[in-house]
Amino acid sequence: MAEWSLYEVFVRSKHGLNHKHVGSVHAADAAMAMENARDLYTRRNEGVSIWVVPSSAITASTGDEKEALFDPSEDKVYRHASFYQLPDEVGHM
Amino acid sequence: MTDTQLLQSYLLRLADSDMILGQRLCELCGKAPALEEEMALMNVALDLVGQARNWYEYVAELEDQGRDADMLAFRRDAHEYRNLLLTEQPNGDYAVTMARQFFFDVWHYHTLQSLVNAPDERIAGIAAKALKEVTYHLRRSSEWIKRLGDGTEESHRRMQDAVDLLWRFTGELIQPDEVDQQIAKAGIGPDPEQLRDDWRGMVKAVLQEATLTPQPDDAWMYLGGKRGEHTEHLGFILAEMQFLQRAYPDAKVW
Repeated sequence: MAEWSLYEVFVRSKHGLNHKHVGSVHAADAAMAMENARDLYTRRNEGVSIWVVPSSAITASTGDEKEALFDPSEDKVYRHASFYQLPDEVGHM
Repeated sequence: MTDTQLLQSYLLRLADSDMILGQRLCELCGKAPALEEEMALMNVALDLVGQARNWYEYVAELEDQGRDADMLAFRRDAHEYRNLLLTEQPNGDYAVTMARQFFFDVWHYHTLQSLVNAPDERIAGIAAKALKEVTYHLRRSSEWIKRLGDGTEESHRRMQDAVDLLWRFTGELIQPDEVDQQIAKAGIGPDPEQLRDDWRGMVKAVLQEATLTPQPDDAWMYLGGKRGEHTEHLGFILAEMQFLQRAYPDAKVW
């Protein structure tokens, strides 16, 4: 148990198009992580596909980068595709 | 024995084995080695209890004496239980818990493989639902056998000890008695020779991959669970499991 590593779990739901992060599990190897993820995160019929990724493989942004990374997009409303009239035929986008 | 009685005694073995192993696994609730394992174990345990209920309900209908699933589970004494002796063995360390699970899962999987083709639609339906669950149980327990067997020196030693400890209870899984023979002949249950070969084949393959050694095929075996002759453990399991129903029969509110 002391040597078990942490894995991040991503689950794609029945009607979902993408895998979403749902939490993490401890496991000795990837196969066990997959089983543990199945048992912890798809108990209530949530999923049709699971990814497990070693948490150590994730590179995360840090808090002190926040201003430089995210603040500049605050005043750039033109990046939202909300100024176009969508024809009805296009449907949900 | 009439055909219906024959079917009842066969289904009761399935139901009781599921029930007792489920109860055994539930003893680990709150005590499993890791949170993830606990959830997984309880999933398996409750799958088995659910399967037991399905079989009990059908048995109760077949016998038609006004008993229901609860009566069958909670109002029968040890000598009336027909579970495999393997399922009532104590949890021991995690190697024992997993060896017991693995030996049982291999038997369960191949038995259900036959039952899904039973001419009786009710049996085929219950078995089909159970088979999906058991396919996963087997995958999980096989992985644990390999992980512990081919793990550290200590995990290997414990796993081998667990295999040696429980081997004597596996004969009952693959040695047919009159009921097994008749049920096979009726095209419901598995052909006994096929079941024996499948069980041995799969168990040996996984043990080999796990660098573990099986006991010889002609090792001495305990039999009797299918006749209601149990090891000393079953009485204690039932005492705990049946306490509420025995103390407050038919209570509607706890």
